[in-house]
Amino acid sequence: MSFVLFQLSLAGYCLATAGYLAFFFTQKKKIRPVARKLFFIAAILHTFNIVFRYIEAGHTPITSHHETISFFAWSVSWCYLSFRWRYTVKNLGTFAAILVLVLMTVAAMASREIIPLSPTFQSWWLPVHASVTLVANAFFAISCLGSVMYLLQEREIKGKRFGLFYSRLPSLDALDNLNHHCLSIGFPLLTLGLITGVLWAKQVWGAYWHWDPKETWSLITWFLYAAVMHQRFTVGWRGRRVAILSIVAFVSVLFTLWGVSFLLKGVHNYAS
Amino acid sequence: MHRDAIILLGVNHKTTPLAVREQLALAGGYEDPLRDLGQLSAIKEHFLLSTCNRVEVLFTCARELVEDAKKQVLELLFASRVSQRELQQYVYAHLDDRAVEHLFEVASSLDSMIVGEAQILGQLKEAYRFASKHRSSGLVLNKLLHKSFSVAKRVRTETRIGASAVSISFAAVELAKKIFGNLTDKKVLLVGAGEMAELAAEHLVGQGVAQVVVANRTLERAVKLARCYNGKAVALEELLDQLEHVDIIISSTGATDLILHKRDVRSVMRERRNRPLFFIDIAVPRDLDPNINELDNVYLYDIDDLNNVVELNKTERDREALKADRIVQEEVVKMHQWLEGMATTPTIVELRNMVNCLVEKEVAKTLGRLSGLNKNEQQAIERMATSIANKILHHPMQYLKTDHHCISQSERIGQVRNLFQLDHNKQDFAR
Repeated sequence: MSFVLFQLSLAGYCLATAGYLAFFFTQKKKIRPVARKLFFIAAILHTFNIVFRYIEAGHTPITSHHETISFFAWSVSWCYLSFRWRYTVKNLGTFAAILVLVLMTVAAMASREIIPLSPTFQSWWLPVHASVTLVANAFFAISCLGSVMYLLQEREIKGKRFGLFYSRLPSLDALDNLNHHCLSIGFPLLTLGLITGVLWAKQVWGAYWHWDPKETWSLITWFLYAAVMHQRFTVGWRGRRVAILSIVAFVSVLFTLWGVSFLLKGVHNYAS
Repeated sequence: MHRDAIILLGVNHKTTPLAVREQLALAGGYEDPLRDLGQLSAIKEHFLLSTCNRVEVLFTCARELVEDAKKQVLELLFASRVSQRELQQYVYAHLDDRAVEHLFEVASSLDSMIVGEAQILGQLKEAYRFASKHRSSGLVLNKLLHKSFSVAKRVRTETRIGASAVSISFAAVELAKKIFGNLTDKKVLLVGAGEMAELAAEHLVGQGVAQVVVANRTLERAVKLARCYNGKAVALEELLDQLEHVDIIISSTGATDLILHKRDVRSVMRERRNRPLFFIDIAVPRDLDPNINELDNVYLYDIDDLNNVVELNKTERDREALKADRIVQEEVVKMHQWLEGMATTPTIVELRNMVNCLVEKEVAKTLGRLSGLNKNEQQAIERMATSIANKILHHPMQYLKTDHHCISQSERIGQVRNLFQLDHNKQDFAR
């Protein structure tokens, strides 16, 4: 059942992305509400998929590779939708839909097997720690999208050559604000994720910190975002520099999420 | 049975230099000139529009008095201000359809200095408010002006003429919006006070910027200009201090050297905590160091850059202007039909009144004779009488209204009036 829902939501995201892209290039206003509705429906189906998966697995489905990425994609969609509800950022939907679709495709290719939890993971810390961290990452993903859009738009305005993006992307101010809001929400969540992880580690292994690769990289990511926040509040960094740093930090997020698991070994390996 | 002529006299920015336009502008408001025009016996309805770019006088008069009326109007409004020769040279006069077309073009901003700007429609409506307050506009001009508002609306909604950056100052505003998003809490600094700078400032004020600061070499001119925008004036020496507080700088001094260097702006950015700055340099030779654009969060556009933006939009603008022209032409034709129809209106009204009177009288007579009818039955009789009358009137009405290729309209009006003896029995029927 959860698999059917997963396929349906994947199809929904696929159609929504196609719709958003069609709107982006043709600028026909009729397409946008259709794409929005499709995206919304897909996000709802995705939610049901996760709930069913929870029932089938008997534990929070954030342990296998497939589950983690799917949950990440789900957070990005709802994070985007929550922003959509608060303020409009022109054509952010196009970029968000592409990201979600890519994540979902990766999730679809990973093994969907349900793996029983090892005893160390059987704790209520698991849903708290993993979901808080992934939701924080979703906000960072949106901030990264905003930053990419900022750099594209800034390049056209500064270079005085107006191409595809000038009329389609929102104002620099709106994109900078988007980035700021995402970081102000994402950073505390990431901090919370780290703290819960530390406490959980103490409970399971008896030590707060192991210098396991995933922990190390999380700390690096945390420092990168802390640097952005710090510079913004003290020196008033904004715009281009913040955008570049946000993108770099997000690459670090992705590496923490996957790179570490595949390239470096540690206690955080997905159940396999 | 000729209908009245519609005449439009005026000067605009295309035909007339500013110095003459200034003389002709109705600086004292509309009230006095409207009242004075009302004294003229030759003209029937009249309307005045005066903005910084144009003065337009629209009036109707009997067809044989056109030349007299023109002369009287010019004499009354302008003779004391400029010479006869200048009036001859600059004032254009349009008649009937051409006048209608011109008014529609003005209303839909096709005749504006900045094609597609929205301000003119507001000015036109304001002028019309005065005219209707003084009852100087009647049936024809009311219809014509209302029509011009709806033409303007059609042009605005059906073409993108107002949406694209069609001129330099529009391009500047569009860029500012792409940088700042919302302009309502932004401040503008005008450095030097040229005509272009004023135009751009006016646009920005139209977008609701919070404050305008004017810096000029001669403080007196700065104070004068600042007063226009409820802004404040500063001396040119305070430029660097001001950069900390403003967001958009429009520079147009006559200075031969650069007045602002990259290092000046860099130190200011630190003070500003990197809030973006948008420089617009419309001076030739340039006022601002081109390298300023290399700084983060600082954007510099000079006159050539802005021209490029305008060029980008030019083909689109031409296409949209074509579309807008077609709309204006269509509406001129519709207006023409309405004006033609105007001639038949009095006859139609009289005919209707006469028949209604007859119906009322006869129904009253019949109902008086029939006693014991209930309300429904009485109404049925009234309805029957009215509908017989309407059926009989239908063909004569159609005959009046529709175009007939071999019998002219005036002849048809005459026939109907004779047939129903409208001119003889006026006292009996018409109320």
